[in-house]
Amino acid sequence: MTLSTKSLSSGLLSRRTWLAAVAGLCLGFSTFTPAHAADDTIKVGILHSLSGTMAISETTLKDVMLMLIDEQNKKGGVLGRKLEAVVVDPASNWPLFAEKARELITKDKVSVVFGCWTSVSRKSVLPVFKELNSILFYPVQYEGEESERNVFYTGAAPNQQAIPAVDYLMKEEKVKRWVLAGTDYVYPRTTNKILEAYLKSKGVSGDDIMINYTPFGHSDWQTIVSDIKKFGSAGKKTAVVSTINGDANVPFYKELGNQGIKATDIPVVAFSVGEEELAGIDTKPLVGHLAAWNYFESIKTPANLAFIKEWHAFTNNPKRTTNDPMEAHYIGFNMWVKAVEKAKSFDPDKVIEALPGIKQANLTGGISEMLPNHHITKPVFIGEIQGDGQFNIVSPDDPTKAKLVPGDAWSDYLEGSKDLEADWVTLKCGNYNKVTKKCGGQAS
Amino acid sequence: MFFNSDVLRHVAGRIRRAGAILALSITMWSGCPGIAAHAGSFEDDVALFAARSFAESETAVTHLQVSGNPLAYPIISALKDGRLYAEDDSKKVFIKAADGKIIDAANGRSVGALPDGASVVRLNNRLRRTIDAALGSLTLLSPNVSVRVRAAQSVFKSHEESSLAPLDAALKNESNDAARKALTAARAAVILFKADASEADKLDAITIIKARGDQEALALLSGLPGDMSPAVARAATAAMTSIKGNLALWSTVQNAWYGLSLGSVLLLAAIGLAITFGVMGVINMAHGEMVMVGAYTTFVVQETIRTSYPTAFDYSLLIAVPLAFVVAGAIGVLIERTIIRFLYGRPLETLLATWGLSLILQQAVRTIFGPNNREVGNPSWMSGAFDIGQMTITYNRLWILCFALTVFIILLAMLRFTRLGLEMRAVTQNRRMAASMGIATSRVDALTFGLGSGIAGVAGVALSQIDNVSPNLGQSYIIDSFMVVVFGGVGNLWGTLIGAFTLGIANKFLEPVAGAVLGKIAILVLIILFIQKRPRGLFALKGRAVDA
Repeated sequence: MTLSTKSLSSGLLSRRTWLAAVAGLCLGFSTFTPAHAADDTIKVGILHSLSGTMAISETTLKDVMLMLIDEQNKKGGVLGRKLEAVVVDPASNWPLFAEKARELITKDKVSVVFGCWTSVSRKSVLPVFKELNSILFYPVQYEGEESERNVFYTGAAPNQQAIPAVDYLMKEEKVKRWVLAGTDYVYPRTTNKILEAYLKSKGVSGDDIMINYTPFGHSDWQTIVSDIKKFGSAGKKTAVVSTINGDANVPFYKELGNQGIKATDIPVVAFSVGEEELAGIDTKPLVGHLAAWNYFESIKTPANLAFIKEWHAFTNNPKRTTNDPMEAHYIGFNMWVKAVEKAKSFDPDKVIEALPGIKQANLTGGISEMLPNHHITKPVFIGEIQGDGQFNIVSPDDPTKAKLVPGDAWSDYLEGSKDLEADWVTLKCGNYNKVTKKCGGQAS
Repeated sequence: MFFNSDVLRHVAGRIRRAGAILALSITMWSGCPGIAAHAGSFEDDVALFAARSFAESETAVTHLQVSGNPLAYPIISALKDGRLYAEDDSKKVFIKAADGKIIDAANGRSVGALPDGASVVRLNNRLRRTIDAALGSLTLLSPNVSVRVRAAQSVFKSHEESSLAPLDAALKNESNDAARKALTAARAAVILFKADASEADKLDAITIIKARGDQEALALLSGLPGDMSPAVARAATAAMTSIKGNLALWSTVQNAWYGLSLGSVLLLAAIGLAITFGVMGVINMAHGEMVMVGAYTTFVVQETIRTSYPTAFDYSLLIAVPLAFVVAGAIGVLIERTIIRFLYGRPLETLLATWGLSLILQQAVRTIFGPNNREVGNPSWMSGAFDIGQMTITYNRLWILCFALTVFIILLAMLRFTRLGLEMRAVTQNRRMAASMGIATSRVDALTFGLGSGIAGVAGVALSQIDNVSPNLGQSYIIDSFMVVVFGGVGNLWGTLIGAFTLGIANKFLEPVAGAVLGKIAILVLIILFIQKRPRGLFALKGRAVDA
């Protein structure tokens, strides 16, 4: 509690107390721009929220970027030049993301930006990257239906996470009835639309699908959990596919545990719950619930063990967990370094051209490749929550030999998007319509 | 019935005397020839666990269940708890007993230590279900009533034909009513799904299951295969309709309970604000952060207890409540003395200043404790749930309801019966008059604000049990709190109480119809309309006391 009184004293010192409000505002949105260093360094922008709602997830990504840059500098930098991180704080405020991105590109003259978490923030910075022709690496699993020349998507597209998870439930758990529960914004809505179309294509009737949306930060799950219980008592094996995002997950899982819904009765498979999110809850009642990701901390490969060790040393905290978006940044950053070395230049146009085809070993034993549609190939893992907050991989049988799935920008299951194709190498187009043979065949 | 009554009597005697489940299950199984027959020896079955495949492990469990070997129960329960180890090279399987002893699963002999290559046999949900079913029929004769009831429940769910014999055995000597009821229902479930059971038996079974009347009964009946005889199918449909009607009735009661529970959370969040905003008229945007401070106090208390006195964990909340009150109250007094006292009568500036303050507090907590959620555990008396009829009541919600009402009553009593309460009411009703009567108004202001903040801190202790403990905790409650206070009537504690429960119940009855998002919007719109009609809320203060 000592610090809160300390920060109060900043209000104390100002003579006119209303200044305290202004001081508070400044503090809340403060940015961390390091002093300008020597001119021969290459600047790398980091655009992750360090305050506000998303700070919980994004702060870790800023830390992992600092670690990767630090490590690269120890190896002598890139093309003989040292890298310098420029960290800004868009404070979980979507318009501020665009402003900060502009600041990074025009004022700080960064060569590349690693950042964003929510789809809203990505959509908000897109025009800036297009206009100023810079590069963004986006590390989070998302709803797809997008491919931009200036953006490289190192997180999973729906066909690399949602669809394989549903397949697993159908095959292994013989699930016949589906609850699609999500937070009310673009990622869950689009993912659920794709999943609904996919399930119907597999012969699931509309009566066996229940779709439910809740606001951000929803904390009273009693009604919804009891509705799920009711929906699950129709005599068919039921599962919940959860696109519930962020903080709302903790009370959701607590309510599941309290109402006695066990994973053996109604399993929940989540797309936004990783090691980091589980750090805030007692996972014993949740044992057996599932998550689908392209990386799990518990996969024992030499590369992953080395990465975890380094992470613990860098953060000076042996308890810090690693997660999927961190691995995405690891892959993305190394791909960028390789592309720069291949292009022998930091010029965005040359790097964008060099990136497709770049291969980089991921942390789980496979080799990921940047595809012409600016998505990458990734393995898909299904993990069950364990009592210690880690995941036990239940699919595939040997996680280190997982098959890599190429990311598909435009879902094959949605009307309108199934005819589209993204290819920045031969077609030079992010939304080429295969039927009308025209670029810009935007549909949905 | 292939049971020999002598064996059964013998079995019954043994339960009462020794309660040795294992010995007993062997005796029992050896009494029923035919069931134990399967391919492969016990050792081979155990070695299947070392194959590292979920399907092989599942086969092993089903074989062990009917093997009659006394090691079956310890092996399967070790598998369930993650205490079963296998070594890949030698295909040997080991049990790690609860006391740390290592036992060779194939022959029950004690081994010194786990070999280096041994690792835990993994589980998935399908395997877990098989285990539950197997343990269910293995523990039907447990000396412990609650274990027997649980076993009957899992047999009810799995309704495997092989469970019929142990069920009959268990029923013969069951003396406990609850256990007998559970066993009868489980037996009915097995009969209903048994292909060669007579129609009369099946109809009886449906009557028993109908009497159970809960969601699981409904699930069981709706899962019936389509090839039932017309009479059975008709009876099942009738039973389902009756259960559904019964459940619909209960779901109304359940919704009312959820509403009360949500209301109690709203009440807790708003009650501190009812003092600072309601009584003092300070638009305190940092109110949510006081709640957060209380929640973090709980976290610190629990951390200290976990590291120093782990046995006292169940009392952590009792320690956290007064501490949170003191910490949040002290911060409240400090805020009042350093900022708010200069801003009385200037609501816009107060709003800005306290909002800035809330950002400072959030960032401060983020700096000290990090941006991630902190784990605040539920003490054992706040975990789990119990059933009343067909509705589930979770303990944490029940305690929070009691707690909210207690806080409300204490606060009411304080304002009514203590000197400080009297002075508070005097100052807020007529500051100048109070001052001229010799009340130190500025001291009372500070204490009132401290009281409101302290109560917000106490609310934080309770809310830490159901929500995330993160720097954003406060933000999610500030709007709801203002909503409750404004709706209930500014300056009236009873208004806050009624307002909180009205909003809670209205929300929970709207939610199943309109969904969580629309439900919330609908509530907001209703409040706006209500405020148009009655700008001072449900219970407006009347008379000269109200200053504009």
